[in-house]
Amino acid sequence: MPQPQTHQQPIPSMMTTTSAVSFDIERIRTDFPILDQEVNGRKLVYFDNAATTQKPVAVIEALMNYYRGYNANIHRGIHTLAEKATADFEASRRAVRDFLNAPSAEEIIFTSGTTMGINLVAQTYGRHFLKAGDEIIISGLEHHSNIVPWQMLAGEKGLTVRAIPVLENGELDLETFDTMLSDRTKIVAVNHASNSLGTVNPVKEIIAKAHAVGAVVLVDGAQASSHLEIDVQDLDVDFYAFSAHKLYGPTGIGALYGKRALLEAMPPYMGGGEMIKEVTFEKTTFNDLPYKFEAGTPNIADVVALKTALEYINAIGKSAISAYENHLLTYATEQVSQIEGVRIIGQAKEKISVLSFVLDGIHHQDIGIILDQQGIAVRTGHHCTQPVMDRFCILGTTRASFAFYNTIEEIDKLIAGLHRVKKLMA
Amino acid sequence: MTINETQDEIIEEFELFDDWEGKYEYIIDLGKKLAPFKEEFKTEDHIIKGCQSRVWLHAELNGDNVVFTADSDAIIVKGLISMLVKVLSEHTPEEIINADLYFMEKVGLQQHLAQTRSNGLASMLKQMKTYALAFSALKN
Repeated sequence: MPQPQTHQQPIPSMMTTTSAVSFDIERIRTDFPILDQEVNGRKLVYFDNAATTQKPVAVIEALMNYYRGYNANIHRGIHTLAEKATADFEASRRAVRDFLNAPSAEEIIFTSGTTMGINLVAQTYGRHFLKAGDEIIISGLEHHSNIVPWQMLAGEKGLTVRAIPVLENGELDLETFDTMLSDRTKIVAVNHASNSLGTVNPVKEIIAKAHAVGAVVLVDGAQASSHLEIDVQDLDVDFYAFSAHKLYGPTGIGALYGKRALLEAMPPYMGGGEMIKEVTFEKTTFNDLPYKFEAGTPNIADVVALKTALEYINAIGKSAISAYENHLLTYATEQVSQIEGVRIIGQAKEKISVLSFVLDGIHHQDIGIILDQQGIAVRTGHHCTQPVMDRFCILGTTRASFAFYNTIEEIDKLIAGLHRVKKLMA
Repeated sequence: MTINETQDEIIEEFELFDDWEGKYEYIIDLGKKLAPFKEEFKTEDHIIKGCQSRVWLHAELNGDNVVFTADSDAIIVKGLISMLVKVLSEHTPEEIINADLYFMEKVGLQQHLAQTRSNGLASMLKQMKTYALAFSALKN
């Protein structure tokens, strides 16, 4: 297995300007082959990291090595390949446990991604324990993935879904949240960071308040997991879901952490192989955690490569990553703000490196098309958060989201690109 | 002018541009000049929902020919619409149904017709053909 390189020995001449950041950005960029290409005749500037991050060579090689070297179905095989595949698969589960600081690996369920994690909780915990009249509180900042599963459940069981309002600066209105909580509140489901505005939510405080009325809390960590230190024990969160592909890992794989007592009490999600203990036509008994929730042959290759992605992130270190990304965000925010007619949507005090804005009189799709012509990849539209757009009375935004392989020079290209958009549309 | 003659004319116009900027400037200009769309048609019935921009399309029969009018809230899409309307409007339903639209690819704009959710244009083209089919069925 290839080991991720350590990036903590900076080459002084290539260091970035902030003293808090020691980053060998040139070397990091060589780990991401996709960045070294031209799009529409220009060097690619990839600022769509909140949608998905690019993959380092080590992750791509982990996938290839698995398929070339030891592809086998896991857990029940007694031959050498199956044993090696099983060992790597379970090693990845322990890597996720460490990444989230979960108490045990049995509390880590592999899913297809954050969306599946949320649906799993809605359809097992929610379906089993909630009854008509109960309330689920989400927030006005949620991705559709953390709205629709609860609405589906609510429709089926006669529950009410309520949303914490969003303040003008893109933060949640926690005073109103306090008044929404009651003994009817059974689930609180919020994101750790907003994909469309970048707001980092005070989830620890939200969790404590929800627990005080006896509700369980699910945190959607899709956006936060690549930027912030995650400690599920410190947060005291009941469920935490994330996706590997937003974490420099493969698509189609993610994980759900759940507190053991809750996972034990929940019925299985899907039926099939692996999740059973014994099957007869009269009765089936279910397997122990975590296998109870992992029916069927899992996504072995991507699980194996997820571990490599986590190792890659750990080698750089979350604190170095967030310091560098904050530096990019601060610079981009300053520069974009200086463009006449720009309105930044989401100015929370604490943000991940997401910059969403509208440009007076210019449709976001036009901005996206003209930036793409200049090799700059941003996301435009409602970012699957239509309620957020409604809150700010807009149809969509242009969103630039930064990762640790992005540079100040690339932000300068974005600024120049936006000036070109304005000139063309004038 | 036949559908293909209009397409060839557009292809010829685009040959004048040697960079993307000129090309897009022209499309934006077409967008700005698109004949105004009647406000009364800006209803849910006429909207073609893409993920990114809204497109409105109206079709009516004028004698044997279908007349299309359209609009969008995004200017580049509006320019592209303007070309689609120019090519397909004022033709019989049969001509529209059988039309082979090759000009978008020839002028290097085929990515705007790609079947992604972000694009209302592909849905608009499909809707134009659907209108033609409906008018054709009505006639027979």
